[in-house]
Order: sequence, then C-alpha cells, then structure tokens
Amino acid sequence: MRTKNQYAKGLVDGIPIGLGYLSVSFGFGIMAISAGLYWWQALLISMTTLTSAGQLAGIGVMANPGQYVPMLVSQATINIRYSFMAVSLSQKTDSKFRGIFRAILGFFITDEIFAVAVSRKSVSRSYFIGLATLPWIGWATGTLVGALAGNILPSIVMNALCIMMYAMFVAVVVPPVAKSKPLFAVVLFTALISAAFYFLPVLRDISSGISISICAVASACFGAVVFPRKEGDED
Amino acid sequence: MDTREFFIYLLLLAGSTYLIRVIPFSLVKKKIENPFIKSFLYYIPYTVLTAMTFPAALFATGNIVSALVGLIAAVIIATRCKNLTVVAVGSCLCVLICEIIINFI
Repeated sequence: MRTKNQYAKGLVDGIPIGLGYLSVSFGFGIMAISAGLYWWQALLISMTTLTSAGQLAGIGVMANPGQYVPMLVSQATINIRYSFMAVSLSQKTDSKFRGIFRAILGFFITDEIFAVAVSRKSVSRSYFIGLATLPWIGWATGTLVGALAGNILPSIVMNALCIMMYAMFVAVVVPPVAKSKPLFAVVLFTALISAAFYFLPVLRDISSGISISICAVASACFGAVVFPRKEGDED
Repeated sequence: MDTREFFIYLLLLAGSTYLIRVIPFSLVKKKIENPFIKSFLYYIPYTVLTAMTFPAALFATGNIVSALVGLIAAVIIATRCKNLTVVAVGSCLCVLICEIIINFI
C-alpha cells in the first residue's frame, strides 16, 4: 500500500512536467521531420534518449554521414549536467533505491524530473518511477504528434514552428540572465564565440556538435574563473 | 541517411546519454566540493543552450528576418513570462506573421 501511495504521489507530481514536455517535444518532432527523418525515427529517438538539447544537436549531427565522434563529443558536453544531477540525486535516494534500480531508473534523470525529485527529503523507487511516467509518455507523444503534423502542415507553418525549440531555450536562459550580471556576461561571451564558430573561415568548417561543445565548455570555464560562485548563491 | 546509419547514430545518441546519467548515479557516493567545478556546473546549462540557439536559430525558419523577429520576440516575452509554452507559441506566431508579410510583399 505504501509503495502504491508513493507511486501515485510521483505520478501527480509528474503531471505538470508531462504537459510541458508535450509542447517541447512537439517542436522536436517538427524539427526532426524538417531535418529529413521519418516519424518513427523521431519517435524512437525520443523514447530512448529523453532529452531536449541533446536530441536537437543529435539530429543536427545526423544530417551528415559518419559523424560518430562529433556525436559522442557533443552529447557528452550537452549532457554532462546529468552526471552532476545524478550525483546530487544519489545523496537523496532511500536505502532500497540502489544497484539495478539505479542502473534502470537513472535513464529518467532530466532537468525537470531531477529538480522535483531532489527537492524531496528522500526519494524512493516507487516515487521516482511515478514521477518519471507522465513526462516520458508526454515526451514520446508530443514527438509523435509533431512528426506526423510535420508531414502534413504547409511549409510556411513548418518554418514558424522550427523556431519553437529555440524559443524554449530562450525561455530557460533569459529569466535568470535578467537577474544576474555575471550570468549575462557569460551568456554574451558564449553568443560571441558561437557566432565566431558559425561565420569565420576555418572555424566554420568545424562540425556543429564539436563547436557547441567548445563554446559551452570555454564559456563555462570563463564564468567559473571570472565569476566563481560562492556558497549560498542561489541556483 | 540509410536505416543502418540511423541505428548507429541512435545507439550513440541514446547510449551516451544513458551512460552519462547512469554511471555517476550508480558509482559516485561523495558530494562535490570543488568551487571551480561547482561554478562550472552552474554555468554549463546556460552556455550549452546559448551556443545551440545563437546563431543557429537565425537559420531555423525560411528567412533570416523572420527568425530574427522570432528570436527577439522570444527574449522579450521571456523577460515578462516564465511559461515555456507561452514563450514558444508567441515566438512562433511572430515568425508566422512575419513570413506571411514577406510572402505578400
């Protein structure tokens, strides 16, 4: 009975995340079709990967054949935050949440699932499975709907929808940037070198997966050196 | 891209994302104390998203002007409203209106 309650509690806490994922993954489905993938390929990617930025960078790399190293390097950089979330979450899991359960359920660590789980005193397996259920279903469903819509919508509407994922990234970055000068400086630095990698000769020949990694890591190092975070700074 | 190539890419994409989550979840027990690493980790989500968005988003739509309008609209809406869906829909609408205007000129 307790296990069931925990699962139900997680399920309820996952509702807003699942709804949010519906619209973000709809954008991913649209972009995957624009990038030349089939609907079932977009769906498979979402069901097995469950991440926004990583998947978007992934379909960018897939546009060219044989880019296996850029695929791995870009995924490692974009997703390295999950490693640290995993470490953080590992301090909160209860005594039964270990071994094989961590190996399976670790798959579901995303920004939002992590944020909700880590805010609890203790995280049980049942709660975590419940919490992850609706976001995963939402992510897959949104992708499928977006991909199918992408096959029938007129091109002018498709063009407009292709800005969707980027707009969501903007929505994540802008509010904290507006409140923090160091973060504003770091993000501006990132935009400048990212533009350099896009437009300048030689630099623009570097694959997109690698250049995203270089820009992100260089800027985060810049931030960590010039504006180190102090204990007690809010996240 | 043929189907075989797709599955190689899928394996690399899904596999690397899975391992990056699960290896530390299964192995690491200690807390991170190093201030440089903590600061680096704080900044990395923002630098990743910025590097992915700019300037690539300018070439995401049919036309650089409509993309620029959509991007600026997203920034303006995001300073006023934190809801991701509102920002996304607002930005899409701005791009759509802009593309319709451009097509009619």
